[in-house]
Amino acid sequence: MATLTYRDALNQALREEMQRDPNVFLMGEEVGVYQGAYKVSRGLLEEFGPQRVVDTPIAELGFAGIGVGAAMGGLRPVIEFMTWNFAVLALDQIVNSAAKMLYMSGGQIPMPIVFRGPNGAALQLSSQHSQAWESWVGHIPGLKVVAPATPADAKGLLKSAIRDNNPVIVLEGEMLYNMKGDVPDGEHIVPIGRADIKREGNDVTLVCHSKTVTVALKAAEQLAEQDVSAEVLDLRSIRPLDEAAILESVRKTNRAVVVEEGWPHAGIGAQVVDIIQRDAFDDLDAPVQRVTQADVPMPYNKVLERAAKASPEKVVAAARRVLYLDS
Amino acid sequence: MTATARSAKDTAHAELHLKMLRQMLLIRRFEEKAAEAYALGKIGGFCHLYIGQEAVGVGALAALRDDDYVICSYREHGQALIKGISANAVMAELFGKATGCSKGKGGSMHLFDATRGFMGGHGIVGGHIPLGAGLAFASKYQGKDQVCVCFFGEAAVNIGAFHETLNMASVWKLPVIFLCENNRYGMGTAFERVAAVTDIVEHACSYDMAAELVDGMNVLTVYDATRRAVERARKQSHPTLLEVRTYRFMGHSMSDPLHGVYRTKDEVEEQKARDPITHLAGKLKDDGTIDQAALDAMDAEINAEVEEAVKFADESPDPEPGELFTDVMVD
Repeated sequence: MATLTYRDALNQALREEMQRDPNVFLMGEEVGVYQGAYKVSRGLLEEFGPQRVVDTPIAELGFAGIGVGAAMGGLRPVIEFMTWNFAVLALDQIVNSAAKMLYMSGGQIPMPIVFRGPNGAALQLSSQHSQAWESWVGHIPGLKVVAPATPADAKGLLKSAIRDNNPVIVLEGEMLYNMKGDVPDGEHIVPIGRADIKREGNDVTLVCHSKTVTVALKAAEQLAEQDVSAEVLDLRSIRPLDEAAILESVRKTNRAVVVEEGWPHAGIGAQVVDIIQRDAFDDLDAPVQRVTQADVPMPYNKVLERAAKASPEKVVAAARRVLYLDS
Repeated sequence: MTATARSAKDTAHAELHLKMLRQMLLIRRFEEKAAEAYALGKIGGFCHLYIGQEAVGVGALAALRDDDYVICSYREHGQALIKGISANAVMAELFGKATGCSKGKGGSMHLFDATRGFMGGHGIVGGHIPLGAGLAFASKYQGKDQVCVCFFGEAAVNIGAFHETLNMASVWKLPVIFLCENNRYGMGTAFERVAAVTDIVEHACSYDMAAELVDGMNVLTVYDATRRAVERARKQSHPTLLEVRTYRFMGHSMSDPLHGVYRTKDEVEEQKARDPITHLAGKLKDDGTIDQAALDAMDAEINAEVEEAVKFADESPDPEPGELFTDVMVD
């Protein structure tokens, strides 16, 4: 066990998987000579050479598609987007090519490809650089979508993603790269599709993922000071969703708040609420609440930006509402 | 060169020419049957016919090895047949049957046979161009010498994916042939109405790429040009852009009119006079490779093959209901 940053945990996963399988290669903007825009690929060019660590022009649609073609040809590409905001340009390849290839070929052409990069708002990057895309990609059958919240999960989920024979979207938290945590050495695999209880509690379930896990954990601490025991359930995987884990926790606490970085309309929280109302309706003691980004493009101004984002204070307020503590 | 050697070479040429004639005729008769079946409601959705363009697919594929990759747009029935998918399996796919080459899940626009290197018909204009480069990338990465021919229409040249891909294919020296089938019209829009540069070969200059302008109504010129491009890809790992000028005799898809208001009937008739099949058949009759009786026999044999394909497709079962949920993910 070593203490690593989230960034270095991802780097370790990439390095170990590239050592393990010569068909794995990394492609994207600034991944090689520059060592990665966020230094996730630091040292990989030196170790694996330019054939396996491929610097691309700024052409997201093109290199995402070349990745898909390479997967059709038997390779296991890892396509890095400098941010998911730029990956929107590549959505045709992700949605129309990668996600559908197996189905429309009648099962002939598997698609072992990973699309990864930072997701969600950082600080004061304004509208076009501050977006959380999980509900977009989570909507698409044929894709798996993961969003790790800790260094250990980042390593374990990226390794699973690279070994998966289906297209996997890895949404890395842009604000999490510097986060430190214990990471098991070597073969550490986190299976895709399993949620994780990050803090146990009895009074309310805080369902969250990626950066909002940190938000929910802070909220749980504040709630503890108010004698409320909150359980923090980290989804880790957006598709498939661990429905059993959500239901199990809600059946224990009878109350839930769903927290996400994305916008409210047709968000991940809406999907989670649907599961809860359908399969745990009789266990609920209050309507489920959601905490999301405000339903606006992200503003630049620091005060407005803070007001737009999900925060521990907003989660605490939502938890108190489902507990009927503030009437 | 001895007389015997020359004769052997001539025989080989004659065999190749007869094979290409037969392949073009197979596509023509297959597509005619597909049109009939569409009119009868046996084929649904979009169905884009290749009639008029047969020389392009046949000439280009004749220059390939069996293990080379071919990837196409949605106008790909012809290439699928020539890459070795049986007429039965292609027709059954158009009919949406379980015996189709994509198990009835792809249809006319998504024919696949990975075992033969036929990597699909793809439905988003230009969206498969990077996929073709990616297949070539994989071949080069693995140290193999397979090349990839990527077919697309001229309308795809206005798509960003075309330019992004040609740039990367040139920078990375990928063994790919970008084969643009310029049939003049993107659906109902004449290329010159929407393109600043109408000589598509000129785009190769922007990407420092070899290029050739090819008469797509002559299967032999298509074959020769593709052979040169394949050689460049296989031996030197250099990409090529081929602009192959052709013409579609039918509407854009089966739901579109034959000539509509975007082109004149006279223009279509004028182009039909350049029919690639008539052209090659005439040449082979002139040089004594085939006579009318043999040509008629060939046509009858092909008609029987295509009739059988329709029967096979018609009698094949629909996919089982459970197939709805298979092939979404591999386990």
